[in-house]
Amino acid sequence: MSDQAAIYLGQGAAHAPPAAGAEPPALRTPIAVLPAPAHRRQLPRWLLGLLLPAALLAAAELAVRSGTLAPNLLPPPSAILETIAELAQRGLATHVAASTLRVAVGFTAGALAAILLGAATALHRPAHAIFDPTVQALRAIPSLAWVPLLLLWLGIDEAPKLVLIAIGAFFPVYMGVSAGIRGVDRKLVEVARLYRLTAAQQARQVLLPAALPSILTGLRNGLGLAWMFMVAAELIAASKGLGYLLSDGRETSRADIVLATILLLAVLGKASDSLMLRLEQRLLAWRDSFESPDHA
Amino acid sequence: MLDIRIDSKSYGDQKVLGPLHLQLKQGEVVSLLGASGSGKSTLLSIVAGLDRDWRGSLQLDGAPLQGVHPAISLVFQEPRLFPWLTVADNLRFGLPSADDCGCEVDLLLEETGLHGLGQRLPKQLSGGQAQRAAIARGLMRRPRVLLLDEPFSAVDAFTRMKLQDLLLRIAAHHQLTILQVTHDIDESLYLSDRILVLPAGGGPLSGEFSVPAARPRSRSEAGLLPLKHQILDLLHLAEQTA
Repeated sequence: MSDQAAIYLGQGAAHAPPAAGAEPPALRTPIAVLPAPAHRRQLPRWLLGLLLPAALLAAAELAVRSGTLAPNLLPPPSAILETIAELAQRGLATHVAASTLRVAVGFTAGALAAILLGAATALHRPAHAIFDPTVQALRAIPSLAWVPLLLLWLGIDEAPKLVLIAIGAFFPVYMGVSAGIRGVDRKLVEVARLYRLTAAQQARQVLLPAALPSILTGLRNGLGLAWMFMVAAELIAASKGLGYLLSDGRETSRADIVLATILLLAVLGKASDSLMLRLEQRLLAWRDSFESPDHA
Repeated sequence: MLDIRIDSKSYGDQKVLGPLHLQLKQGEVVSLLGASGSGKSTLLSIVAGLDRDWRGSLQLDGAPLQGVHPAISLVFQEPRLFPWLTVADNLRFGLPSADDCGCEVDLLLEETGLHGLGQRLPKQLSGGQAQRAAIARGLMRRPRVLLLDEPFSAVDAFTRMKLQDLLLRIAAHHQLTILQVTHDIDESLYLSDRILVLPAGGGPLSGEFSVPAARPRSRSEAGLLPLKHQILDLLHLAEQTA
């Protein structure tokens, strides 16, 4: 086949392209010749995702080097990378590890509590009537409002930081679990009733799997908030961690340290979100959704 | 064999069914017709044991039935397969210790024309295949009565014909008693031994017809045309009085 397609003017059989090697008669003079669609090579998706940050960094570098922006306010990305290398020599790993551990512990605690309470309120109407209004009211409290109270109650050690992170993770997970279970298709529950499942079997075999998409969305949002609450916790009272580095950078007027830390937070947040996304794709491979790759 | 006596069934102030008395014989295929809102699906829910809020009695071979009973299976209008389970696991659903070897599952998949599709997820099935899987799941409990709530209404005409023939084969093979709700008079004439017409708003049956045709039937049995018109007239009348 040629790599061109021709549109012919004519009637009846003349609509068909001429046989190979045959000269088209006068009536079948092509009125337009369209290039055949070339097989475009697509960039890998992860590379596409890097395009925007790379462009922004390049623009920042150019702006500072050309003198448009003052380097003490926006250090060039190359300087930020040097700062990261310098910090790496001075115990950056300890700060990253401390923050990551706090997020891991706080998120796990908050998510577990949210899963238990969310499932309880979704499965038992009285539990919903008792707990849900209070949970919704607590959800409206801004994160920073908790800080003085937690410092008063729990001092300035690890406990208030972990509790603050757990609070951050709790609400999105609670909402995901509660709304997910309450929104399960009544028709599927009816099928379960036909099989005389006990309440526990019904919860395990039908309600939880059916609510899983919403639960996982809640967990993903919860993890994102856990990182944010970690920074809030560490900004106030910490001797190590990324929040501490931010605070240190501000106090010593080192914008490069602040930006290096922000960059690290973005990378760590994105990495943990990607892990959650992988988990979600694995657990929800059965979903017949828009993004489902193997839709038959 | 199956005795259904409904004194009354209401939704709030709205009476839906009753007083009504139906009897189904072993191996009989019965279709329920009626205008929208005549309580056809409600009747199936009651017999399946899903609806407990009604007055009357159900008996299977003279023994009272209460709640969901394994001898009675219900296949819904939509396949209602659990999307996270494979077809085979959907068939095994709710029957944990039964069929450890998978033999029953394989047999039913074969019988319903789903051979080799046991490990597929519901999203990988066509509409007709999914409804076949739903019927196979309904048969896993080895029921004696199969209730069907417009089971073929969501598939194309050709698939519907194939599923109707499948249903007749299965009914004969498993000696099932079938009570199905349908809107399709031709379908009811092709499948049924008896056709019952429910009135809107409760009360006794508007009509009850035996289908005077031997099996296998042709889809265009000329002899059934007068009966079709008679049922149509009755449905029109019911629609007007509703």
